[in-house]
Amino acid sequence: MSPAAQPAQDQDKIKSDTATPFVWEDPLLLDEQLTEDERMVRDAARDYCRDKLMPRVLEANRHERFDREIMNEMGELGFLGATLPEKYGCAGVNYVCYGLIAREVERVDSGYRSAMSVQSSLVMHPIHTYGTEAQRDKYLPKLASGEWVGCFGLTEPDAGSDPGSMRTTAKKVDGGYVLNGTKMWITNSPIADVFVVWAKTEDGKIRGFVLEKGMKGLSAPKIEGKFSLRASTTGEIVMDNVEVPEDALLPNVSGLRGPFGCLNRARYGIAWGALGAAEFCWHAARQYTLDRQMFGRPLAATQLMQKKLADMQTEITIGLQTCLRIGRLIDEGKMMPEAISLAKRNSCGKALDIARVARDMHGGNGIADEFHVIRHVMNLEAVNTYEGTHDVHALILGRAQTGIQAFG
Amino acid sequence: MKVLVAIKRVIDAYVKVRVKSDGSGVETQNVKMSMNPFCEIAVEEAVRMKEAGIASEVVVVSCGQQNSQETIRTALAMGADRGILVQSDAELQPLAIAKLLKGVVEKEQPELVLMGKQAVDNDFNQTGQMLSALLDWSQATFASKIEKSDGKLTVTREIDGGLETIEVALPAVVTADLRLNEPRYASLPNIMKAKKKPIDTMSAEDLGVDPSPRLSVVKVSEPPARQGGAKVGSVAELVEKLKNEAKVI
Repeated sequence: MSPAAQPAQDQDKIKSDTATPFVWEDPLLLDEQLTEDERMVRDAARDYCRDKLMPRVLEANRHERFDREIMNEMGELGFLGATLPEKYGCAGVNYVCYGLIAREVERVDSGYRSAMSVQSSLVMHPIHTYGTEAQRDKYLPKLASGEWVGCFGLTEPDAGSDPGSMRTTAKKVDGGYVLNGTKMWITNSPIADVFVVWAKTEDGKIRGFVLEKGMKGLSAPKIEGKFSLRASTTGEIVMDNVEVPEDALLPNVSGLRGPFGCLNRARYGIAWGALGAAEFCWHAARQYTLDRQMFGRPLAATQLMQKKLADMQTEITIGLQTCLRIGRLIDEGKMMPEAISLAKRNSCGKALDIARVARDMHGGNGIADEFHVIRHVMNLEAVNTYEGTHDVHALILGRAQTGIQAFG
Repeated sequence: MKVLVAIKRVIDAYVKVRVKSDGSGVETQNVKMSMNPFCEIAVEEAVRMKEAGIASEVVVVSCGQQNSQETIRTALAMGADRGILVQSDAELQPLAIAKLLKGVVEKEQPELVLMGKQAVDNDFNQTGQMLSALLDWSQATFASKIEKSDGKLTVTREIDGGLETIEVALPAVVTADLRLNEPRYASLPNIMKAKKKPIDTMSAEDLGVDPSPRLSVVKVSEPPARQGGAKVGSVAELVEKLKNEAKVI
């Protein structure tokens, strides 16, 4: 029917005139952009995190303690290696679901999300993508269930943003390799059963190896005194003439492409996760300033507070749309590392700002861990730094649009 | 034993409910919805019965709008075998739901109907009792423990000031109370599997039921805001206030 033939009152009711209630916590109705099963995954993750992780995090953070059984619980729910196929005991969900889970876990604590991201993207993903079928069968089911914990060794004391300058070596010997070197800032390493380690072979190529706890010469001392991600364990990996068999090598990748392929997926999860932490801080600041009476009215009745809340709402809403778009692109087979850099950098930088402002809005209470915001501030300092700092991701984007590399 | 579990989609228990400005009800548009917590407990109990070999099949049924299918899917992800949606856009009150469920029971022939003791939206606590009366089946309400033996159930009920244990003959309608169990979280692999489980849709007409409301809601309003407390200086002042202000002694 042509528009002219429509009755007059129908024309008055064009769709763009229909108002819908504004949802302050979901201004662009992201909820409606998700499929039914994506919402179910999000809700299952939210319920678990609220009921089981939130009650533990205060003590865990205060006493710098990681509750090991969390890995088993996450395994039982299918959070570990969630995107990998069912035949390895995984759920086979899409990357949007992976991001939604990261957001819910990090709403509680970045340390818990780190433990999950490392296991999923940095340990299970490379074993699945670069490993043999025998390696997959050996490691993936036990990593998926949380029976084994994995860690990822790339960063070294003298090689952070420039992993190509790593000093860890893998020397070819009869029947295998001998590894020497030290890895630094390794999430989960002190409790790890499986170590995915990157080392340079004699031809100068970077290769991946899967090491196991108990190998002679392999140790993983804990790094003490961290003021960030205290609810997750961080350590070193020290390799002193560690002999590994031939089948410890991940055969299907060589060069920095290997570790970067893992980091892209982890960074994508971080982009969602950091906004989960930011959402927590935003909601906490809103509630606190609504409840807190000052000069005879709620703090939230002041223009200063409302402006800050509006900024938080705006950045988080825009950021989440970015994450969702990238997730959809990955699910369509369009992985763009530069786009992930954009989102990782944006989410982490904005989340850190939001957490600091929320801390400020809480006044003196903001420094007490019982209000949780200071913990997020401390955590996000690390999240903004690890897996490519805010500045390094700027250089990736700078190179991508000028064609000029400015790292060195 | 085949078990039918009736579930309801309600406003999520963690959402701050807003009353509509015209007082006709509460705002549900763009509000997060979930399975009623007591229904979740009923689903969990049925799934545990299946895992223990007591139940042969667990069928979940929900009466309501099309989107109740999402709630049924959650129950399937918890472990139920298949779902039935009795689709109706009308406002469904307890008697109408009980009649619809009776129709489903006649089709499905379960030996046990499990449901939540009440829904956290309207707090009626009527549907289970009405269904049992319509079917002329045994009923056990507020269950905190259910055990099956030959042809009957032993049910512990939460009553004022204690527990009551009763025996009921099957078939029966049992409504779940809070302490019956702690429902599991749907795991990701089970959420993916739930996508493949069947959900049948039927209408009130298919079941020969007129679901029109019998009650009309006159007004919905917020509970009065809590008044601030006050400190008293002495017992005498307290007694005086209780007598003359609160008028309770």
